This record gives sequence, C-alpha cells and structure tokens, in this order.
Amino acid sequence: MYTEEMLESVKRVEATRPQRLGMEPRRMTAEEKDELLKAFHPDYREEGFVKIEIGPNKGEKVPTELGHLLHSNSRLLGEKVDLDKIDYDTDVLIIGGGGAGSSAAIEAHEAGAKVMIVTKLRIGDANTMMAEGGIQAADKENDSPVQHYLDAFGGGHFAARPELLKKLVMEAPEAIQWLNRLGVMFDKTKDGTMVTTHGGGTSRKRMHACKDYSGAEIMRTLRDEVINRGIPVVEFTSAVELIKDDKGQVAGAVLLNMETGEYMVARAKTVIIATGGAGRLHYQDFPTSNHYGATADGLVLGYRAGAPLLYQDTIQYHPTGAAYPAQIKGALVTEKVRSVGAMLVNVDGEAFMHPLETRDVAAASIIRECTARHKGIHTPIGDGIWLDTPMIEALGGEGTIEARIPAMLRMFLNYGIDMRKVPILVYPTLHYQNGGLEIGGDGFTKVISNLLVAGEAVGGIHGRNRLMGNSLLDVIVFGRDAGKAAAARAKEVTLGKMNLDHIQAYAEELKAAGIESGDVSPLLLPRYARHERTLEV
Amino acid sequence: MEKMVNVYFFGKKYSVPADLTIMTAMEYAGYTLKRGCGCRHGFCGACATIYRIKGKNELKTCLACQTQVEEGMYVASIPFFPTDKRTYSIEEVKPTDQIMMELYPEIYSCIGCNACTKACPQNLSVMQYIAYAQRGEYEKCAEASFDCVACGCCSTRCPAGISHPMVGLLARRLTGKYIEPESSHLNQRVEEIHHGAYDELIQQIMDKPIQEMQELYNHREIEK
Repeated sequence: MYTEEMLESVKRVEATRPQRLGMEPRRMTAEEKDELLKAFHPDYREEGFVKIEIGPNKGEKVPTELGHLLHSNSRLLGEKVDLDKIDYDTDVLIIGGGGAGSSAAIEAHEAGAKVMIVTKLRIGDANTMMAEGGIQAADKENDSPVQHYLDAFGGGHFAARPELLKKLVMEAPEAIQWLNRLGVMFDKTKDGTMVTTHGGGTSRKRMHACKDYSGAEIMRTLRDEVINRGIPVVEFTSAVELIKDDKGQVAGAVLLNMETGEYMVARAKTVIIATGGAGRLHYQDFPTSNHYGATADGLVLGYRAGAPLLYQDTIQYHPTGAAYPAQIKGALVTEKVRSVGAMLVNVDGEAFMHPLETRDVAAASIIRECTARHKGIHTPIGDGIWLDTPMIEALGGEGTIEARIPAMLRMFLNYGIDMRKVPILVYPTLHYQNGGLEIGGDGFTKVISNLLVAGEAVGGIHGRNRLMGNSLLDVIVFGRDAGKAAAARAKEVTLGKMNLDHIQAYAEELKAAGIESGDVSPLLLPRYARHERTLEV
Repeated sequence: MEKMVNVYFFGKKYSVPADLTIMTAMEYAGYTLKRGCGCRHGFCGACATIYRIKGKNELKTCLACQTQVEEGMYVASIPFFPTDKRTYSIEEVKPTDQIMMELYPEIYSCIGCNACTKACPQNLSVMQYIAYAQRGEYEKCAEASFDCVACGCCSTRCPAGISHPMVGLLARRLTGKYIEPESSHLNQRVEEIHHGAYDELIQQIMDKPIQEMQELYNHREIEK
C-alpha cells in the first residue's frame, strides 16, 4: 500500500475533489502545446538518438537502441543456410501473429490464397491483446470520416500520409462491422447503439470498447477465427531474415525455431511484415506497456532488405503507465480511465491539465509536473502523478469502475489498492512506435513490389503522434487490406532464384562506414536474464 | 539491504528480491524465458503457473506476471496445456441449445467440484459460466467469462476434462454475432461510405494546405 507521504497527498486530493467534480480544466492553446512538447517530450531529447549511418534513411535520426540494431549484422552472416531445402512453401507469408497478422491471414484465406503465419511467441502474444481502451470509428450521426480525419491529422501534427489516413478513417466503420460479425462483443445499449466515449484529442465520442478488454476481445476472436479456418500458424518461430530473389523481389524468409535453434526456409510469393512495435527496446530507459516480443524485428528485416523507414524518430509515451507499485511499473493504465471521468492531479490536489489532451501533450505535461515544477508524488521507485479514479464513481455512480474498467480494478486490487476509494499513481510509459516501414496506399513497400507491411510496423498512418483507439483500428484496416492485396499479388508473382546477397551487401556497407556494433539483429527477445541484462526490467 | 526471499523454480532454490513477481524473479535467477511469457501485464494468459508454499497443503494457480514471490514458494510454470478447441464456421453455427452439446459435450460431465473456479487467477466464477453454457444461456456465459485470459489454469484442475476457456469463447462469439442486436447506425454509415457519400468531402480535406488544416483543427468544436 501507499507510504505515509503518499497518504498525506491523498488527503489533499480528497480535499479538492468536490470542487473539481464540477469543473473542466482549460485545454492548452496550440502555442502552449508546442512549447511544452519541445521542452519536455522525450522525442526532443537529443541524447536519446543517434544518426543512421547506412541504408535508405542514412543521415536521419533514430532512437539509440534501434540505431544499434540497424547498425548490427545479420545472425545469418557466415551461417550456411541451404535455400534449396524448402521447409514451407506458400503464397502469402505473414510474419507476426498479432491483430494485423491475424486479420491479414483471415482475408488472404478468404481470397483463396495459401497463407501461413509465423510468430516468435504464440499467436495473440501481441500489443493488440493488451490494448484496453477502445477502437475509433465515425459511425454516429454527429460524426463523419472527415471529422475523424481532422482529429487524427491534427493530433499527429499534420504529418500523417494523407493516402494512409484516408484509408484508416474511411474503412473504420466497416472494420467495426466486420469484427462485430465475427462475434466481437462491443459495449452496446439494449437497442444495439454502440456505447462510445471520447479519447484524448477526439472531437466526437467515437471510441468503441469491449469494457477495458477491447484488444483482448478482438484478438481472441481473430485468433479463434484463424484456427477455425485451419490456417497454419507456426509458433515459437522467428523470421530472422527476408529472402530475396534475383529480380529484387522478396521470396520468403529464413526462420529460426526459438526452442531448438534450427533454421528453416519459408518460400512465399508475397510477404507481409506484421511484427508490431519496439517497447521492449526501452528507449531512454522508459518502462513499457508492450508485450515481451516488441523488439522492432520487422523494421530491421525490412531495412536490411532495402525498404525505407518513415518517422522512426517519433515514439509515443503513454501518459498513464502504472508508477506504483513496483510489480506493475510501466503497465498500461488505459486512457479510458480518463474518458470515464478521472482527472490528472498533482501532489497538492491540483488538476494541472485537461485530462483529455493528446497523448504526447499529456505525457510531456506529466513529466513537467514531476520535474521542472516539482509537483510529483514521491514513491520509493520514482515520482508519479495521481489519476483521481474515485471521481469516476462520483460522476457515474457506484459500480461504474467495475462495469467499465474491470481489468484496471483487478490489476491494482492485486496489490491491495482499491481505485474506487483511492487515486492511483501514474507516469509515462513507452507505448507505441509512431514510425515504421514506409508503405503506399496499396499496403506495399515502395521499393519491393511484393513486400507488404501492416500494423504498428508501418510508419506514416498517424504522423508524429497517434490518438487513442486509432491503433486497434489500424491493425484491423491495414491488416485486412494487406491480406487481400497479398493474395491478389501472389497470383501474378513468379519467383526467381532465391538468395541472401543483401545480408552480405549490408555487412559491407557497415564495414565501409566503419561500424562494428559487436551484436547481431533482429534482437528477437529482450535480454532480461540478470547475467546478460543491459537494461532494467 | 534489499529484502530477499527463497523460492524454488522447478525444485531448485534461488534467493530473489521480495518485491519481484514470479516472472521477474525467474529472470533475476537467470532464466531467459521463451515460453510462459507473453504480454507480462495480465492480459494474454501465457504464464499460467502452479505453486505450493512449503509446508502448506494447498496447491495454488496464478499468472506469473501478476503474482509477487513469497518465501518458500515451490513454482512450476505451465507454459502450454492441451486445451481442446473444436473448430466450426461462425457463419454456420447458431446459438441453439444443441450447439454446446455438439461442440463441447464434455461440459455435461461436470461433477460440480468447483476446482475450476478456485483455480482462476482472474477470480471468475468458472463453474457458473459452464453451467450457463449447459443451459444454453450464452449471453450470461459470455458476460461471466468475459475477463477470461485463457491461461488454462481451470482446465488443468478439471476432472471432467473440460476446456473452459474455449466454451466461454464460443459463447462470446455467439453473443456478439447473433444474440446482441446489430447497430443500425453502424450499418447505415458503412452503406453511406460504400455509396460514395464521403468521397468528395474526404478528397477536399486531403487537398487542403497545412495552414488551413491547422486553422480547422485548432478551432474545431468538441462534443461535450
């Protein structure tokens, strides 16, 4: 439970609560936000970045830890892999078994293609499973895809690729309908009307949810559907390198059985990279809300094969990761907690910001409160800010927390903290990779004609910041589209002679640039065992 | 000095900091987890674990990522359990009384021991949701099983060999697809988009210069 010092602060929070219940804090102006971000958002901390020394994005900046992986060689360099011994032969190879990969598999299968998924953990061990708050779609009368576009474009600092964002918002309602018809249980009223709320930066209430298990409910339904269809899923098997052919196409991937260490060859006419994010690289030593396998593998594979990155230097820190107790540090506290009424409050019980600013602004504001303003709450494991959860019950009635955010209630109750009665402590956590591999509106990378990317591994859909509920949406929309496009393209592709020449070429480029990282990439799993630890867990 | 406790992973003793979870304690001890570790935050069910406190009779089940270590804990992880998922076409099944009998007939062999409920790390009333499924009350089964993370702890303890998470999953899909009413506003919006109602408007906003977009964004009306 809380320390004496924390309990003292809780009293001040309780004292200001009645007065805060009746008010809405002011939203920041555009200028205030710009200033705040520049001074306090981790993306602006130069020491957290390095310059990319080789490849298509040479000269651009990248988080130090990702830069290290891009500056490392393939683990296959010098290995003898017999590309003539084909272990798996398929039309569509999907790397990654999260929301995007599974959606792609279902649609490619629906289109009649031979499709398979490889994933280094299990299907569903993915950030999709952990998304709590919801999924956006403009399906209410006072809303439209155009309004959704405006919110997302502005929230992403006007940097989203218009052709990608257009797809996201225009195909959103159909994505919800598709999921619902697969059996996803959305929160609805008795007449079937979707229960929708605000997220940070939305101008309309378009957040659809499945309590606070939104991603889990979607992911387990997709997984069930993949299995029902008999789509092969090869688990505990990483793709460690793309295979190319003599026409410059991709031709599959070299796979690694994570348990036996055996290499295998998968040949495919089209490949979809759906490997997700990078939270487990712990940029700038932040804790993360991400799943165990979020190590940016797909970005490394794609980049080594010649596909450019976009916005690789922009990262989303979710403003409300759990800051206390130690056992759940960094775990996601869904934005929905604020959507249903909780305010962010400092050590003196002051609501220092509007609770539903965009995530980058909210994260920077919390960091400012804890650093420059010295208004954070001290704990034995670092500072945090109160998320005043008892407000939710005061506003929505007793029982609201259990009904709307049961996972959050359970997570804190595990450690004796009842968020219905006391506020909980939060601090930003590394949450989402805004950037990734660059694709066109058709889902294909721009330099390799039969390589697609979907989900968090894509850069450019959201620009330089992402709104809550647009990531669950993007894995479904872009996953489905990638599956359809990959199935169609597979019919036209004729593969040439397979090779791994690009690995050697990459090694030579690194050598020419004088880089010797002493490591291999992709990372595959974070190094958490104490004897090989380079990062704090 | 950090407080330490003694725990036993697969019978081997390790001294670990007392504030760790079972999962981070295994890593502290030197394990590199490949199986038995997924989201690390209690949502994916990868880290089902069974333990007993030395000297106590009770066998406990938990999620390794959500459970703090205790002195004298004998721990074995269950990274995989052969639950038995039956396959079906969601378009062909219907929420009839017979469907559970066809796909998961073993639920009718439940002997009412309630071991499943006692084993659930999410504190769900597992036996109760199986009872709902037996009676064809799929909506209730769906609601009662909603927070299931499919770790399979329940199934490891079941003398009737029931794969409880799969039963709950079927009930939820039936409920989501067939029992709860469709959303007419959603279907209508999908229709409008298919008929091109927004094509021109979206093209217009895509073509606007950034400065105009900034104006629009900074002065947009926000629904209360």
